[in-house]
Amino acid sequence: RDKEPRFCLIWRRKSSITAAQMKLFVSEGNPHCIKVLAVLELTGVKCDIENVNHEEKVVPFLSRPVLPVLLLPSGQHLFSSNAICQYFFEIGGKAPADASTQWLEWEATELQPILGHALQMLVLQGKSAEAAKALEDPMNFLEQNLSKRTSSFLTSDTVAVEDIVLWAALFPLYLEPTELTSVFTWFERVGALPACQSAAQRVLQGRGQAALKGFLQKQPVITLRRDTPPCNQTGAEEAEHLMTEEELQSAARTWSLGLTDFQTQPERQHPILPQEGKRNVLVTSALPYVNNVPHLGNIIGCVLSADVFARYGRLRGWNLLFICGTDEYGTATENKAREEGLTPQEICNKYHAIHSSIYKWFQIDFDFFGRTTTPRQTEIAQDIFWRLHDRGFLIEDTVEQLRCENCQCFLADRFVEGMCPHCQYPEARGDQCDKCGRLINAVELKAPQCKVCGLTPVVRSSKHLFLDLPKLEPDLEQWLDRSLSTGDWTTNARHITRSWLRDGLKPRCITRDLQWGTPVPHPDFSSKVFYVWFDAPIGYLSITANYTDQWEKWWKNPQQVELYNFMAKDNVPFHSVVFPCSLLGAQDNYTLVNNLVATEYLNYEDTKFSKSRGVGVFGDMAQDTGIPSDVWRFYLLYLRPEGQDSAFSWADMALKNNSELLNNLGNFINRAGMFVSKFFGGCVPEMELQAEDKRLLAQVGWELRQYIQLLDKVRIREALKCILNISRHGNQYIQVNEPWKNIKGGAPERQRAGTVTGVSVNVACLLSAMLEPYMPTVSQTIREQLRAPESCAHAMLRGEGIFVRSLPSGHRIGTVSPLFQKLETDQIEALRKRFGGQQPKTEKPQDVASTKACVPEAPAARAVGADPEKAKQLEAAVAEQGEKVRTLKAQKAEKPVVIAEVSKLLELKKQLALAEGRDPEPATQKGKRK
Amino acid sequence: MALRELSSLEKFLGLKKPHKYSTQGVKKVPLLQSNNGPALVGLATIASHLAKEAKKPELLGTTPEQRAVVQQWLEFRVTRIDECPREEIRTVLKDLNQYLEDKVYLAGNSLSIADPLLYYAIHHIVVDLAVQEKERYMNLTRWFDHIQHYPGVRHHLAPVVVLRNRVYTSCHH
Repeated sequence: RDKEPRFCLIWRRKSSITAAQMKLFVSEGNPHCIKVLAVLELTGVKCDIENVNHEEKVVPFLSRPVLPVLLLPSGQHLFSSNAICQYFFEIGGKAPADASTQWLEWEATELQPILGHALQMLVLQGKSAEAAKALEDPMNFLEQNLSKRTSSFLTSDTVAVEDIVLWAALFPLYLEPTELTSVFTWFERVGALPACQSAAQRVLQGRGQAALKGFLQKQPVITLRRDTPPCNQTGAEEAEHLMTEEELQSAARTWSLGLTDFQTQPERQHPILPQEGKRNVLVTSALPYVNNVPHLGNIIGCVLSADVFARYGRLRGWNLLFICGTDEYGTATENKAREEGLTPQEICNKYHAIHSSIYKWFQIDFDFFGRTTTPRQTEIAQDIFWRLHDRGFLIEDTVEQLRCENCQCFLADRFVEGMCPHCQYPEARGDQCDKCGRLINAVELKAPQCKVCGLTPVVRSSKHLFLDLPKLEPDLEQWLDRSLSTGDWTTNARHITRSWLRDGLKPRCITRDLQWGTPVPHPDFSSKVFYVWFDAPIGYLSITANYTDQWEKWWKNPQQVELYNFMAKDNVPFHSVVFPCSLLGAQDNYTLVNNLVATEYLNYEDTKFSKSRGVGVFGDMAQDTGIPSDVWRFYLLYLRPEGQDSAFSWADMALKNNSELLNNLGNFINRAGMFVSKFFGGCVPEMELQAEDKRLLAQVGWELRQYIQLLDKVRIREALKCILNISRHGNQYIQVNEPWKNIKGGAPERQRAGTVTGVSVNVACLLSAMLEPYMPTVSQTIREQLRAPESCAHAMLRGEGIFVRSLPSGHRIGTVSPLFQKLETDQIEALRKRFGGQQPKTEKPQDVASTKACVPEAPAARAVGADPEKAKQLEAAVAEQGEKVRTLKAQKAEKPVVIAEVSKLLELKKQLALAEGRDPEPATQKGKRK
Repeated sequence: MALRELSSLEKFLGLKKPHKYSTQGVKKVPLLQSNNGPALVGLATIASHLAKEAKKPELLGTTPEQRAVVQQWLEFRVTRIDECPREEIRTVLKDLNQYLEDKVYLAGNSLSIADPLLYYAIHHIVVDLAVQEKERYMNLTRWFDHIQHYPGVRHHLAPVVVLRNRVYTSCHH
């Protein structure tokens, strides 16, 4: 099969350039352009040169802009500067030798990463000592090589491609004579070539290193110690962990301990307060803005992620408080109120209730879900304000502001739109441009428009107060160094914070000309309120204060309290830079964030969620789909945008539900329980562990420890994989050991069936504990079905994680029933259409009805002929017949026998479908092809 | 890892006597000691050298243009794929997929050493892709399947199953 020829019929595109002409694209201030320009001149190759912007995407197939680029006569693009140099040399008559190739490879793999880092240190941060230190190794390597040579250049007596490439790479460092004499002599010799001089002049324009600033700022921050392991390192999920004999024995020993301490998880007693000698964890999730109904991306980004972590922490026995609430002040609320003819407070009340009910449906287990429009908010915000004021961290300034005369109000940033002054994007918002990401001052917008009435606002000046961030920067940096090095900050949070500091902090305005906000207590600013970014994070404190009068035990107690902030990445700077500055400046021993957990964005079927276009699933609609809350939680957490953006897809949701929940997890737990019920009268049988069983215990124990390590580091999505791995191991174990077959054999076989069943049902019990943070209802259902002891979750998730036999022989389990339901293709297709945003409104009602009809949980909408009672009986019959077929197949029974039983099974399934009111013709299963 | 693929590459090139390699530094850069002259260091350098030694210079490209393209993809492999941070993998796959849209081989109209070397480098990534992801990177997967079945290339790596009919027709084009 291996040798089977493959034919690929592909039409080659006609290239746009037909004649033998080439074009070289370069950009000013890009150091990689120096080498290609130098080589071009040196070799005398004829080629057009075009100057473009750094950000220009010249190569169509690369996601990120890369320069320099050579467009070859064939229409192909060369995007490697070294390959371009080599090419010029070759058509100039010099084919590269092995030694040249080797230098170029060294330059690309060893020198460039270090050089990129060093240039950022040197040019952007002015840290020349650090840059020199980073460069030590490659410079010494170069010195050693050059000092051994007798030739004038790297490999010969004439200048070659590697000389230019290396010289050009090092040129922006402006080497000065040091003890590396050979490097310096060679460097000067190459640099004296006129081709080199004019190339350097062309790229740097005589401005020296400063010319590189623009380019370097656009590069991602290069760190030499990587935050994330490279992909080709074997991670937890890839490696089949091989168990040693020792591990097997120790797993068996631990297991046989059983539940020694029956300490159950203590009841939660409000108010929860920090306790001496306990791990005191304060968890917040970003405060959702009150008048938006949250979509799935908002939910996974903050509240759901924080909920999983909070539930996990409570299971681990931490003393944990989980706080959130709605952010209610601001112009958006004022306008919404005007639209709906209500007061802002009424709008807040209305939407706060909507938020509450959505989170309740998603089973977000807040200790307290509050709001920012409370007297406590005013009190605490004003206190922080006065403290900042008294310590000289506030400065006064007059601000030019946009005012819409038609609407008779100053326009908040988000109510102005116009053209971005930096990139000319026509729909830039008043605070930030969505295209180039730069922060904008609303008055800088070209052609501004009031978003409410569409008229052009006028510029008016008004006196405002600013938080003096530059003055607070030293304190901030000192604190950040500590927090970043000791806490768990996600990579994106680190990068965003670093880039904010790298660009330098500026004073930020904290007051606004509005009514709906916390009033500024200063008499000179009596008609103003606090700007929302200053005010909103104080909400965490005031909401806690509404929960307990002793809120300061959490918020002015950095010695005892560990603070975790959960949010989406757009919120990072406010939590890592701006809010900490407010608290540091107040000098009141505030608790500052120790662990900042930021997600990337969740997209919807390859586009963005959009309320206005009706694209995507919003919190209040999820419940109407008939898909249980736990399944939503599972799928959102399964694709939690950890480390990169991810996309919600209906087809994928059905796939994951059917393959992971139904066929893997649900199937295993259900089989384990069913064997106990059917073969052993509902009592867990005696277990005599053999090597095979111990191997499973060791594998499961290993996955459990991984799970704990990952969740301790808030790697929520990765930890979920451990659960699915365990049930995969479990399914395999049952499949290999065939308890349904052994139960019909003699005494030793029956005992074997007993052991396998007993071990499996105990694994199921462990899974119920591990599932609790992710799928609380399913977890509870499993525990009820198995009548698992209350203490088991708490006991097994202690310390590093210990897998013990929590259901001993003789333990009687409850009634076992299936945990998950299949999501059918037509059902999912209907949902996809309904939320796709392309459907015209008129078709909607009909659509809703047809969706509901195929959702099993919607009792009112069952189709004609449905009979729930009969369905239940048939379901059991299908399960039994299914087991029979599996057994026969496993025993390799004769074909006619199997076929007869299979056709019985199909007939039963058909009846079941009818009884459930579904279409009996099975949906075409595209995924099941071999 | 690099050493096993060099030995597979030797077999593919038809070199009878296997070379002895060692590695250098924390990154385990491969090193080939030779009798005449200094050692060769670096995967791309050694691979190019082996092609010449096997008297198959056509595998490095037959025109200056193709030779540059081959070198470019060798460099891409050692700089962009080896040591690629986890969050970057998708971008690399996406770019490759885009590039291969109208191509059978990485450089020109015949196999070059860039093909097996890139195939070796991404094998561990492709092996783990779900069917749906393989379809998302359809051109890359097609190229991958072609190269893994090219006589004499695969050697030390497990074959990856590629479905030839599309399963997820509803999304991604």
